[in-house]
Amino acid sequence: MERYYQKEIETAPREQIRAWQDERLVSTVKRVYENVEYYRNKMDEKGVKPEDIRSAADLYKLPFLTKDDLREAYPYGLLARPLKDCVRIQSTSGATGKRVIAFYTQHDIDLWDDCCARAIVAAGGTEDDVVQVCYGYGLFTGGPGLNGGSHKVGSLTLPMSSGNTERQIQFMCDLGSTVLCCTPSYAAYLAESIIERGVRDKIKLKAGIFGAEAWTEEMRRDIENKLGIKAYDIYGLTEISGPGVSFECSEQGGMHINEDHFIAEIINPVTGEVLPDGEKGELVFTSITKEAFPLIRYRTRDICVLNREKCPCGRTHVRMSKPMGRSDDMLIVKGVNVFPSQIEMVLLQKGLTSNYQIVVDRANNSDSIEVKVEMTPELFSDTVQHLALKENEITEALKSVLGIYAKVSIVEPKSIVRSEGKAVRVIDKRHLY
Amino acid sequence: MSIRQLSVFTENKRGSVYETLQALADGGVNIHALSIADTTDFGILRLIVDDLGKAASLLKEQGKVVSVTDVIGVQMPNVPGGLARILALLARKEVNIEYLYAFIAEVKENAYVVLRVEDNAASEKALREAGFTLLKDEDIKKL
Repeated sequence: MERYYQKEIETAPREQIRAWQDERLVSTVKRVYENVEYYRNKMDEKGVKPEDIRSAADLYKLPFLTKDDLREAYPYGLLARPLKDCVRIQSTSGATGKRVIAFYTQHDIDLWDDCCARAIVAAGGTEDDVVQVCYGYGLFTGGPGLNGGSHKVGSLTLPMSSGNTERQIQFMCDLGSTVLCCTPSYAAYLAESIIERGVRDKIKLKAGIFGAEAWTEEMRRDIENKLGIKAYDIYGLTEISGPGVSFECSEQGGMHINEDHFIAEIINPVTGEVLPDGEKGELVFTSITKEAFPLIRYRTRDICVLNREKCPCGRTHVRMSKPMGRSDDMLIVKGVNVFPSQIEMVLLQKGLTSNYQIVVDRANNSDSIEVKVEMTPELFSDTVQHLALKENEITEALKSVLGIYAKVSIVEPKSIVRSEGKAVRVIDKRHLY
Repeated sequence: MSIRQLSVFTENKRGSVYETLQALADGGVNIHALSIADTTDFGILRLIVDDLGKAASLLKEQGKVVSVTDVIGVQMPNVPGGLARILALLARKEVNIEYLYAFIAEVKENAYVVLRVEDNAASEKALREAGFTLLKDEDIKKL
């Protein structure tokens, strides 16, 4: 039996969801036009008035918002409520440039926690569960989001934050954690460490909620097998609220977007034109219940597909695919678009660890790409010839997927730096920007 | 009849072999013979040691990737042509040698060669029939 945190909302008829979206969008647009000079200017520039927006069908008339807008308006330029109503800020990692901050009223936090609670219940979480949150706490939304969601569900929450693997494993064994929340790369690292320490039979995990970075199906199966759990994807971004903008149900076939709070669109990233469902393009979000920091048509840079087919889990909210690439992550090497996720897929298919690093460099105006991957006992052989063959096999597989030659270097185990937050997968030494 | 050799994956970077050898030294493992096969990126360190089980677990603790391979150890007179005679025999039998390395022990009259071939059993038989003494694992400690 599928369980829901807010059944009436999560399984609401489509007409009901559309009615919520129409009403909330109209009032949000009116509110930002009146209260936020930045939005007013943008809308005036495009010749759109709040009266032009009568339903969600009019969304396309509104201007887009990008991360650059958020930086330009930093820190208070997009605030839609007086500061006295705000109770917290969160911030992006600043991985792609200057940090961006988002503001929350108590009501905003409350709704955000609901979204995370939906994700935890969809992953099988109940008040009897022990939820170990090893996303970072602090400015990063991962820890606070899942922490709040876990409280709402009524689970016992372990606010571990990231790092200190020794202590993570100890608490996991001693307190019998059943749900693990962290980045997929840290989950993979934890799984390895648990097996190394021979404590696999001492853990009681049944589910994991992993997000905040790109990961593949192969990596999911790897973590699931090593930990004996079901691994659920969760998606979100600080600008929109944090984790829980969308989440996976037991079907593991895409993430349900919480459409009572967020309207999703897919656009052509070059022309800005809205694409029909099922087409691949850039995901754009409009938050329609946020008080302090509502964003209208925010371009996420994530490339996804939306799926409105009925989900067997009973939820009626649209599903988004796992992001297939991110224009921020995308590398252009020798003029070819390269996504780290493509490389990871090849390595996992060849039975290698998910610990790899991509180094891009340029010499004599020519790009080079090197993939460093750690040696494993399964891969190791006693003769140079066999190892060279293996390297060659991986090189060929990469070439057929990427379309360009990438040098493969096998390095010693544990020699690639593992960060306990986000994995540093790419080192670009070209300094092109 | 074959002897067991420990192979260690070694990245081509400063101090890599030293780390391995220091770990063995700290654990009191003695090395009788050693060879390195290398490419520009990595190397394979091959070792004949007095306590293979201990050496393997010490290196795994260090995070090294190791493997154990059966190789042939042959005793030969420590004179000019000692090794050539063995190789002549194997060539006649059309045995492909993947790699080899030789060492001498405290008894200076004898030297030893470690051979990695495709078919251990056939080569061992040929060598024994030609009168060569083959090393066993328990002989290693006495060298």
